[in-house]
Amino acid sequence: MGPGIAGAQRQPCGEKRMSEIRRQISVQVNAERVERPVLVRQHLVDFLREELDLTGSHLGCEYGVCGACQVMLDGKVVRGCLTLAVRADGKQVQTVEGLSEAGELADLQEAFLNHNALQCGFCSSGMLMTALNIVRHHPDASREEIREHISGNYCRCTGYQAIVTAIESVLVKNRASAVLGASL
Amino acid sequence: MNARMELPAQQSDTETAVKGYIGKSSPRLGSKRLLQGRGAYIDDMRLPRLAHVVFLRSPHAHARIKSMDLSEVLKQPGVIGAFNGAQIAEYCKPWVAVLGHLKGIKSAPQHAVAIDRACWQGEPVAAIVAQTRRQAEDAMKFARVDYETLPVIVEMEDALKGDFVIHPELGDNICFQRELKTDDFDAAFAKADLVVEKTYKFARHTGVTNETRAVLADYQPADHSLTVYHATQAPHMMQDIISRHLGIPESNVRIVCKDVGGSFGIKVHVYPDEMATVALSVMLRRPVKFIADRVESFISDIHAREHTASIRMACTKDGDILGFDLDDLTAIGPYSVYPRTSGIEGNQVVNLTGGPYRHKAYRAQLKVVFTNKNVTCQYRAVGHPIAVALTEAIVDEGARALGMDPAAFRRRNLIADDAYPYTFPSGLKFEKLSHHQCLDKLLQLMDYDNLRAEQAALRKQGIYRGIGLAAMIEVTNPSPAFYGVGGARISAQDGATLRLDPAGMLNVMVSVTEQGQGTEAVFAQVAATIVGVSLENVRVVTGDTAVTPYGGGTWASRGAGIGGEAVLQAAKALKTNILAVAAAMLQLDAAQLDIVDNAVVDRLTGEQKLPLAEVGRVAYFRPDTLPMDFQSELTVTRHFTPREFGFTFTNGIQASYVEVDPDTGFIKLLKHWCVEDCGTVINPMLVDEQLRGGVVQGLGGALLEECLYSPEGQILNGSMADYLVPMAFEMPDIEIAHVCTPTKTSELGAKGAGEAGTAGAPGAVMNAVNDALQVLGGNVVEQPMTPDRVLAALGKI
Repeated sequence: MGPGIAGAQRQPCGEKRMSEIRRQISVQVNAERVERPVLVRQHLVDFLREELDLTGSHLGCEYGVCGACQVMLDGKVVRGCLTLAVRADGKQVQTVEGLSEAGELADLQEAFLNHNALQCGFCSSGMLMTALNIVRHHPDASREEIREHISGNYCRCTGYQAIVTAIESVLVKNRASAVLGASL
Repeated sequence: MNARMELPAQQSDTETAVKGYIGKSSPRLGSKRLLQGRGAYIDDMRLPRLAHVVFLRSPHAHARIKSMDLSEVLKQPGVIGAFNGAQIAEYCKPWVAVLGHLKGIKSAPQHAVAIDRACWQGEPVAAIVAQTRRQAEDAMKFARVDYETLPVIVEMEDALKGDFVIHPELGDNICFQRELKTDDFDAAFAKADLVVEKTYKFARHTGVTNETRAVLADYQPADHSLTVYHATQAPHMMQDIISRHLGIPESNVRIVCKDVGGSFGIKVHVYPDEMATVALSVMLRRPVKFIADRVESFISDIHAREHTASIRMACTKDGDILGFDLDDLTAIGPYSVYPRTSGIEGNQVVNLTGGPYRHKAYRAQLKVVFTNKNVTCQYRAVGHPIAVALTEAIVDEGARALGMDPAAFRRRNLIADDAYPYTFPSGLKFEKLSHHQCLDKLLQLMDYDNLRAEQAALRKQGIYRGIGLAAMIEVTNPSPAFYGVGGARISAQDGATLRLDPAGMLNVMVSVTEQGQGTEAVFAQVAATIVGVSLENVRVVTGDTAVTPYGGGTWASRGAGIGGEAVLQAAKALKTNILAVAAAMLQLDAAQLDIVDNAVVDRLTGEQKLPLAEVGRVAYFRPDTLPMDFQSELTVTRHFTPREFGFTFTNGIQASYVEVDPDTGFIKLLKHWCVEDCGTVINPMLVDEQLRGGVVQGLGGALLEECLYSPEGQILNGSMADYLVPMAFEMPDIEIAHVCTPTKTSELGAKGAGEAGTAGAPGAVMNAVNDALQVLGGNVVEQPMTPDRVLAALGKI
């Protein structure tokens, strides 16, 4: 196997290739301010996973179809595999780890657990981002509308029904407390 | 998964502990950490000196490798090594996937990395290892390979013609064939009043697990040992195979399954790139990781199905089915897949066709052929979706020809619920099935008569709705008859080790693995119930060959039925041993004692005598206070192997309600129902979502999913943007109900439930579509039933 191993005469690189250019970014990731140079070609999810060890966001397809890599960028759900890390410069990134610790996903996580809205869990962090977006911005969504909203998130295990039911249960609970709040 | 279940939930569910957890929809505590993004899939692991491998893959479906130059690759930044097939082969022996009981099955030796010749687009031809994945991928483009393209077989009919033989040493392109004919076959068909016949086609599809295939191998030269972190369903099988093919003693190979992001049969096979990764760890004496990217998934994860099958059914004019006649042709790519072989799918179609019915005559012919497309092998429900769709489609054809209602026709022909044990014409033996109970329950659940009335009313308005039924049988809890008798070193037995820890909690270690189905949760429920502790006091460990008992793992719907019974038997033995300690402490007869709610109690009065924590404390730390001749045994192991029947069959029936737009060919799924008899249901919530997930996977194959190839053998839709999978908005709500006929082959009585959904859904939805198209004279005979195929069936394109 000798010939197969890279030898000591490895040629030093001449001019920096485009693929090696880095740019300094400053980004708020969950509760932490991160300042470091990143490869300009690096995607946000790779930056989070490889540089910051935030492995809760997953790579399912790497071209924006499956949704497993979703994170919040300035409060908006983005595909971590289609967003370059440099695009996060000056912005705030929230991942499933940070949102969990902040308690912002607590209701959804409890509902997902109680309705068995996950099996292997690989899609869950991305699914929870979409779910949080529904809770925040579409509080009156029907089951059909929930199905539409989560249609950018691929789950091979559950058949989706439990996920729809879990999200719906949080919306119902929130609507009930809103009514209760208004009547007080 | 090797992680323990989460720390105790806030509330103590003592009431449930008293009644037992079997049959309760307890939340799966182990999933909490997955919801917090704290799962540990293989790509999440970090090890010192970890190297990353990527594979250069053949761009041609069939080509001779004339020369390969990797010297420029080696000069690229971060590259640690680059290896061709011959170099890998020095460390990893090739394999041939055959089984003794599939008589005549043949295949060619397959190497981890192709040496002279690539036989499908995507076969690995070189491995490139670098400090980072990025560097390895960047370096790959510096590889120079000179190929000579060879003739390509893409269509299975061409494989049969044999103008060109893919593996000349095999003589032809046939991997496996089987013929079966009952004595009364000719007579039955001769006396039939009606014979209906049709040919159906089923495309290739694939598993599309959300987590791609993943392996991280860590070789320790000091003691010639390997730890392989592997997203696999069968860790002990992999231990054996890696040991034998790499020449490392079995006990020096440890397989650890961490969290696995979906399997469905995709992750139960031996993959060339994964074996090469393990070999590279040995060659480089450091940890090496391989994570398939999604393109690689589409060209190297096993594909499945691809059948063209003709089916005939003979009936009397009164509507009695006399027999079935099957001719199935299926293609598997250039190699039979190791070690389970690619003959099983077709074999299952032969075994299962006609499954739910009481005919006596059967003939089947099967041919399994090689082609230059990606390999196919066992994928969720192995053969069942084909057998069920063929049977149920031709049953509907028969009902139509006789002018009988499809439900009534089935009721007339389903095997009677009191006819068991029953031997089926293909030789299968059924312990006890409940077809009629399931049919009755389904018709009630879906309000069949009213649905038919609604369908008829809407038809007058030009709305084309269809109702489809599909009865099914399913292979579960396989005995050694599945693989072991054929010579495969795949365990049919599973084991469970239970330990009472000093604080009174239970540690449960099981050889069955977890990929999200909830196996760990159901084992916890069984252990807690039998021993008498609350669920939050149970921790389950699976997926580590160095820790758990030996066993088969998770496949063929065997986890709950086989692993669950091992847990039950171990729990019974542990309880006896705990009571022996308590009896010694209390100086009472053990027969007077019981364990309820984490404490030893008086069996008759229920009076609490000792908390289990006190038993643990004395047994472990103060055994000096126990009688001199007494030794406590608070760790016990039990195993279970199903033996009485080749398989513990389950049964069920599904129904689909669809609306077809005859102008666009679009099919809208309105509703789906599934009644399943999987014996004892340990956790209804988990079983129901397993069934729903299975149904959706079946619907995907029936409506959307197809691996398309060009005539040159190039995949045309190897991306998730082009290969359609079911997403939430197009899937219906699915209603589930159960009939419960526990198997008597175990005390637990559980049968499998993991594949039933996938087995029955394609048949149900195909029948529904054809029911809708009937008045328009259309009939779709090809899956997936894409809009263009629907329009073609209507003669519109």
